[in-house]
Amino acid sequence: MGFRARAIGILGLLTMAALAVTRCTDEDTGPQPTEAKASRIVDGLDMDTGLIAEGEYLLVKGNCLACHSAKLVTQNRATREGWSQMIDWMQEKQGLWDLGPQREPILDYLATYYAPDESGRRPPLENIEWYKLDADE
Amino acid sequence: MLGFDPEDPLPGKHPGLTLLNDRPVNAETPPHLLEPKVTPADRMFVRNNGLVPRDLPPTPTTIPPDWALRIAGEAVPEPVTFTLSELRERFPNYTYQLTLECGGNGRSEFNPPARGNQWSTGAVGCPEWTGVRLRDVLKAANYDSSKAVYIGYYGKDTHLSGDPDKVPISRGVPIEKALEDESLIAWAMNDEPLPLLNGYPLRLVFGGYPASCSGKWLSEIVVRDRVHDGEKMGGQSYRVPCEPVAPGTTVEDKDMCIILDMPVKSLLTSPRTGAIVEAADGLSIGGHAWCGSSEVARVDYSIDFGASWTACQLNRPANRFAWQHFSAKVDFPVAGYYEVWARATDADGNAQPMVLPGWNPRGYLNNACHRIAVKVV
Repeated sequence: MGFRARAIGILGLLTMAALAVTRCTDEDTGPQPTEAKASRIVDGLDMDTGLIAEGEYLLVKGNCLACHSAKLVTQNRATREGWSQMIDWMQEKQGLWDLGPQREPILDYLATYYAPDESGRRPPLENIEWYKLDADE
Repeated sequence: MLGFDPEDPLPGKHPGLTLLNDRPVNAETPPHLLEPKVTPADRMFVRNNGLVPRDLPPTPTTIPPDWALRIAGEAVPEPVTFTLSELRERFPNYTYQLTLECGGNGRSEFNPPARGNQWSTGAVGCPEWTGVRLRDVLKAANYDSSKAVYIGYYGKDTHLSGDPDKVPISRGVPIEKALEDESLIAWAMNDEPLPLLNGYPLRLVFGGYPASCSGKWLSEIVVRDRVHDGEKMGGQSYRVPCEPVAPGTTVEDKDMCIILDMPVKSLLTSPRTGAIVEAADGLSIGGHAWCGSSEVARVDYSIDFGASWTACQLNRPANRFAWQHFSAKVDFPVAGYYEVWARATDADGNAQPMVLPGWNPRGYLNNACHRIAVKVV
């Protein structure tokens, strides 16, 4: 019941947003939240987007990916405060709508699954694909 | 909807590029693909703030004669419009090798992380550009040199939100930079029309400045009587703290300064990292070095994490703001794991740091030394 009410709420927001912003929906499939259902999940990733398919990822799929691709989420890492500032900036400058009651669960998801790694100023080189120089080039 | 095949977010580009984002399209070039002295067009990185204009060909072959460029702004008495064919015929044409590097190249290494596209080393390239001098065109528009402070650009790309009233990006450079010989309004890269993703059919090119100053899909240049205040000139975009700050500091907009010249930097393009070599053979290394002003004076390499450095051979630039090529033959004392580090120093004595340079909120200006892994057997 909770999810249904939320989905209707998002749909309302999206309809308003669609009036003001003409392109932040996929013209072929309509507003994203109605599409933001679980799709195929492989190795814990949502196959539509590459988002970690845990927690409230469908809210991210519905709200954030209307304007930009999921890669803008999946390549970034930030604390809850950092993600919150990004949402503020998108609302101030980029036309993101008021997320209302969705904001907190979206921040929970981002701060949990896309949190910063602790690392030094020049960590060891990683993922080296070794190859014999003569054979290769 | 995107003006090109949505199945191919990188039309006309080398399949080896790394796609960082497909909306907006952003892609970088792995170091070994930047080995040619002049960067091939299909290997030039792609950095977009907005959406590529629709209705342009994905892989252009001709230059549209009627594309219009308007010159306006407070320091231009009457707005003037030139077509692309007028630009090509009326003004002398110039060709330069000019290095363009994204201000955020290297962002992925900052900690605490900086938001935005997580560029590693590949948001840089040095193709050969052909166009007319911006200076000649501004003069033909009778710009008022006593009023002119800055130039700004507008292009035909559209805002991510789809809102036609929002400008995705409108940056520019101080008038002194705009008037330099090498500051071009360009229509060709390596003697071919610009790639769509790099601004076809017309763009600005300012070597040595953050590449975001070099507006793409160029339709208007404004000569301002103040520092240009277009989209992404203010706030935190393409700006760094005026005074150094501790990592993770929140910096107010008023305490941020616009990035001008890019710092000295180098990239090892040969061999690709991960080479396994015979001790007896030694190893030939090579790459490019560049800086935003003056010239790179020396490049050194180290195989002992900076304990000792050895000078590389270094070429002079083809012209100002072109990257320079370095090479060396490296011998290893014993078998084992090595990292080859390269360090460039400019003519003013500024060298690349081995650790990350000063942290800044958006992760700009990481010019730390590049390094590759080598195993000697």
